[in-house]
Amino acid sequence: MALLEIRDLKTYFHTMRGYVKAVDDISLELNKGVSLGLAGESGCGKTTTALSILRLLPWNGEILSGKILFDGVDIVELSSEQFRRQFRWKRISAIFQGAMNALHPTIHIGNQIAEAIVTHENVSKKEALERTAKLLDLVGIGASRIDRYPHELSGGMKQRTVIAMALACNPDFIIADEPTTALDVIVAAQVLKAMKELQHKLNLSMMFISHDLSMLAKVCNKIAIMYAGKIVEYGDVVSIFKEPLHPYTEKLIGAFPSILGQKRKLSSIHGFPPDLLDPPPGCRFHARCQYAMDICRTTEPKMTDAQGIEHFVACHLKGV
Amino acid sequence: MTQDVTIKVQNLKKYFDIKVGFFRTLLSKSVPYVHAVDDVSFTIKRDEIFGLVGESGCGKTTTGRLLLRLIEPTAGKVYFKGLELTSINNRQQMRRLRRKMQIIFQDPYESLNPRMSIFDIIAEPLLIQKITQGLEDTTERVMEVLEDLEMTPPEEYIYRFPHELSGGQRQRVAIARAFIVRPEFLVADEPVSMLDASIKSEVLDLLLGLVKKHHSSFLYITHDVALARYICDRVGVMYLGKIVEQGNIEDIILKPLHPYTEALISAVPVPDPTARRSEVVIKGEVPSAVNPPPGCRFHTRCPYVMEVCRKKEPKLIEVEGNRYLACHKYNA
Repeated sequence: MALLEIRDLKTYFHTMRGYVKAVDDISLELNKGVSLGLAGESGCGKTTTALSILRLLPWNGEILSGKILFDGVDIVELSSEQFRRQFRWKRISAIFQGAMNALHPTIHIGNQIAEAIVTHENVSKKEALERTAKLLDLVGIGASRIDRYPHELSGGMKQRTVIAMALACNPDFIIADEPTTALDVIVAAQVLKAMKELQHKLNLSMMFISHDLSMLAKVCNKIAIMYAGKIVEYGDVVSIFKEPLHPYTEKLIGAFPSILGQKRKLSSIHGFPPDLLDPPPGCRFHARCQYAMDICRTTEPKMTDAQGIEHFVACHLKGV
Repeated sequence: MTQDVTIKVQNLKKYFDIKVGFFRTLLSKSVPYVHAVDDVSFTIKRDEIFGLVGESGCGKTTTGRLLLRLIEPTAGKVYFKGLELTSINNRQQMRRLRRKMQIIFQDPYESLNPRMSIFDIIAEPLLIQKITQGLEDTTERVMEVLEDLEMTPPEEYIYRFPHELSGGQRQRVAIARAFIVRPEFLVADEPVSMLDASIKSEVLDLLLGLVKKHHSSFLYITHDVALARYICDRVGVMYLGKIVEQGNIEDIILKPLHPYTEALISAVPVPDPTARRSEVVIKGEVPSAVNPPPGCRFHTRCPYVMEVCRKKEPKLIEVEGNRYLACHKYNA
């Protein structure tokens, strides 16, 4: 059984001008030990999906319908108190974009991590600190740095602290939202490598959220591509990159420069994503799609697995 | 030959003072500096695109600003078509020169005045430099540059304000503003890093089209080596205020000589999950530019470090045709 199963999730934001349909009817499955990459451009709903799973939506965000089954329990149905006690950080934790800059500047990093353990589990401070020391070793900071302040650490070390914090209560599932965007190339590569190793070692399920397909290609087994609140393609990482089915995916992959192989022309997609207050009928990508047909303007394509290889696509051109 | 060289940079240095308390100035003799740019030299020819790549804090942005004299160098010289920029004291003369040198910044959300219309934003340099005669002339130039950037029909855009445009359109306005004076030298500091992947290359293509059209010399500053490959002819790789390697971009990407370049390139992710690559993972992070390590600045992280690297600073020398390297490993 899948560890996480999202069924027909709709998360909308109330605004003065109406509902912003940030996540509009998406379904996903994630098995244990798998790392899924959720890719897409700004405003496509990737972070909203993460916040829905974590039940951390801002005040104007609302899960309108759909289910999020985590280990068989529909977490949408839980009260926020129940979710906080049973799931958040114990089962599902997160590494947010820029979280390393949100560390408390005047508290030792060890105490900050131990605090998460004491809050969620019935353990003594001493025991929590012992576990913290182990965590710091695990993420490659070293237990000796337990009484450092955040300003004494470099960017990469701070990000590793945040990773240690996400691991504090031995979760099954970690959401990493742009975990390396604030870091430099070499440090980002070091941190990603550490995360990948931890994922294997602890058999974690992970969801990496990023706009950077190159980064996702490096760390994920599965990729889901989002566009304007919808998942348009989902499949195995190799199959997505080698044989993309959706025209958007194809163009998006082509837009990323590579330092390997022959230099090829970078692709671009003319125009910009639709306004999610009033998304267009039919396929949401039709206005920018070079293959758009009449049916694309009127009927919404469904996710189908045409080849039967667990590679789903929502496109009239390829799906049927 | 010298006619072709638009920009020549010689031993350029910029140290920033660090503010220290009153008592510390009494107690210690030396004032600490950030060695942002430390002895950098290169040239950019007409019609050439030169890239400066490196991680944050390596001094690439400071170099770009020094070249336009937006900040004053601590030492060294910058020549623009044989004229020494750093020695010009006359404001009028400098202002006339600025017409030939322009810059495009990273963030189009901050570089455009929100209270000016697109027309006013783009026409402003023309008015300041008193280039055009009358409104008709100005309008014509504005329309032309907007058409070059495929913001057509231009009439639809000129009455709008920056907040009414998308990120890609805003950056095009910033590009239009730089090209309206037909500059001979252009600096662009991460011009597309704020844009979404799907529109990045469109904006870049338009920018490069204008650079070609005006035969400008172009300094492209970026942290993204993969993207630099698609833009630059030659690049300089910077580390802690110094250029460690310089040469044609393809040569550097296919065969990096400096250990730092090698590590930098191997750390760049590629959009291909099946790619087999050599992983040169170097440890640690960039040391502080206040007290840069003696000798080679990279020796603290270099996997091939030798005794000489800790003491003697390697000079940037030509190792092959048009390929410069500062590393003891190859000089030996």
